[in-house]
Amino acid sequence: MRSNVLRHNLLTALLLGPATAWLVVFLVLPFVAIAVFSVGQRAPEGGYQAAFTLAQYVNLPARATAFWNTMVLAPAGALASLLVAYPVAYYLALRAPERWRLILLALVVIPFWTSLLMRTYAWMYILGGSGIPALLAYGGFEDVRLINTPGAVLLGIVYGYLPLMILPIYVSLERLDRRLLEASADLGATPVSTFLGVTLRLSLPGVMTGFSLVMILLLGEYLIPTLLGGGKVFFIGNALVDLFLQSRNWPFGSAIAITLVLVSVVVLLAANRISTRLSGARRVDLI
Amino acid sequence: MRAFVVAVFAFLYLPIALVVLFSFNAGRHASELTGFSVQWYGKALSNPFLVEALKNSLFIATTSALLAALCGTAAALGLARVGARTRAIFDALLGAAIVVPGVVIGISTLVALVQLFGIVNPFLASLWPNDQPPRLALGYGSIIAAHGLFSMALVAMIVGTRLGSLDRNLVEASSDLYATPLTTFRSIVLPQIMPAVIAGFLLAFTFSFDDFIVAFFVAGAQTTLPIYVFASIRRGVTPEINAIATIVLVASVLLVVLAQWQLRQRKPSN
Repeated sequence: MRSNVLRHNLLTALLLGPATAWLVVFLVLPFVAIAVFSVGQRAPEGGYQAAFTLAQYVNLPARATAFWNTMVLAPAGALASLLVAYPVAYYLALRAPERWRLILLALVVIPFWTSLLMRTYAWMYILGGSGIPALLAYGGFEDVRLINTPGAVLLGIVYGYLPLMILPIYVSLERLDRRLLEASADLGATPVSTFLGVTLRLSLPGVMTGFSLVMILLLGEYLIPTLLGGGKVFFIGNALVDLFLQSRNWPFGSAIAITLVLVSVVVLLAANRISTRLSGARRVDLI
Repeated sequence: MRAFVVAVFAFLYLPIALVVLFSFNAGRHASELTGFSVQWYGKALSNPFLVEALKNSLFIATTSALLAALCGTAAALGLARVGARTRAIFDALLGAAIVVPGVVIGISTLVALVQLFGIVNPFLASLWPNDQPPRLALGYGSIIAAHGLFSMALVAMIVGTRLGSLDRNLVEASSDLYATPLTTFRSIVLPQIMPAVIAGFLLAFTFSFDDFIVAFFVAGAQTTLPIYVFASIRRGVTPEINAIATIVLVASVLLVVLAQWQLRQRKPSN
């Protein structure tokens, strides 16, 4: 009997071993490393010098513009995505004909798994000098500037993250008990109050999941502001690339990265709190 | 509402369609279609740097997806055998590997590996006093490992979900009929989770093949296709990029469709 238990435990350890090693070496240790770096100092020639100081954190306002842009455009982008995504998710979950549903859902998922670089590039091409502005010039509107503006970045954000917003909302709407909608109508509620009191309320966990996922990914976004903002719209992601790959101030960069992770955790916890308060927790399927 | 949904789908697909269309444009400019031509594909594929980057990306994506599929599946199977507390810790770590933004994964891996190499390389040098000592550096290995982290977590989640919906009765029936645990695994469990494993592999491949930001930090002297494309875009938009983008988009779409199709295979009817 004991050898059986031993064999069971050994097999479990063998199955979990590689994943554990991977998670420890490439997730936990790197996180510890940037945490240690963030309380260190910049070595004179760049890189890291051991120390214990909060100077890097005190210095965070030096990158206030990047924080400001991110903190304004990330929630704005997530909100804009939400406004576009909700009707689509609603239609897919409650209105679409049965045989179309899976195909339409697949059409939402496909862009999510398609290269963000290439999809952002598509907009660079469309908004750039020889795209829409050139077409407008034919129509007599000269010098219309579309690319390298905050508007272009916002458009790129909605385009890039729309699928990620639609999916969790779809999941929560699809699981909604249809009898509740009938009950609400039978009890004399207008369609609007049924929507507000039942549908919207019960889909809020999906809304919160989508909103927080998009927010968190946007906090670290680099490609969209770089390609569509043209160096004029600077995000935290741009600051991190600059500090790690160009000016080589690793301790300061680490402090920014740690701050980013902390903000993400706060966003996740807040979203979780709101959705569990409103109804039971839901998990997301990304496929 | 229907019109709005149609408009959103057009919004999602028109930009991609335009890039594909203009990759076959004979002319140089985005503002005018001057005729059909595949010259930009020829130009792209005769560019040695580009072909090199493409090969690197294919190698990295294949290796990291294979490793991720193996380790992720093993982890999902292992997690079905442990207590609730261990499971919760693992789930949190796997969730973190998926949710933490790529830019943070990239820089933290860079920082950790550079420190690690700083310790290991002098040690290796002391072991090989005469010849060229082996030197650890950023490159294929670090990109594969960093991509594999996300992918492994993804596979573990997809396969874990599938394991959760596995029909327990079949497993019990199998062992009641005196099948060994190995036979039960091979003939009951494995066929049921295989579509999830394949889907996980395909998505892992797609992720690695498309990723820019993680590789950007940990690639060292290597170039992947997205890194190459990013660098060329910044130098200026050229029609060759449309051709490459089309190839990458078509490849990703095929892989994702295949993955979705696998996941819908033999799915329990409820």
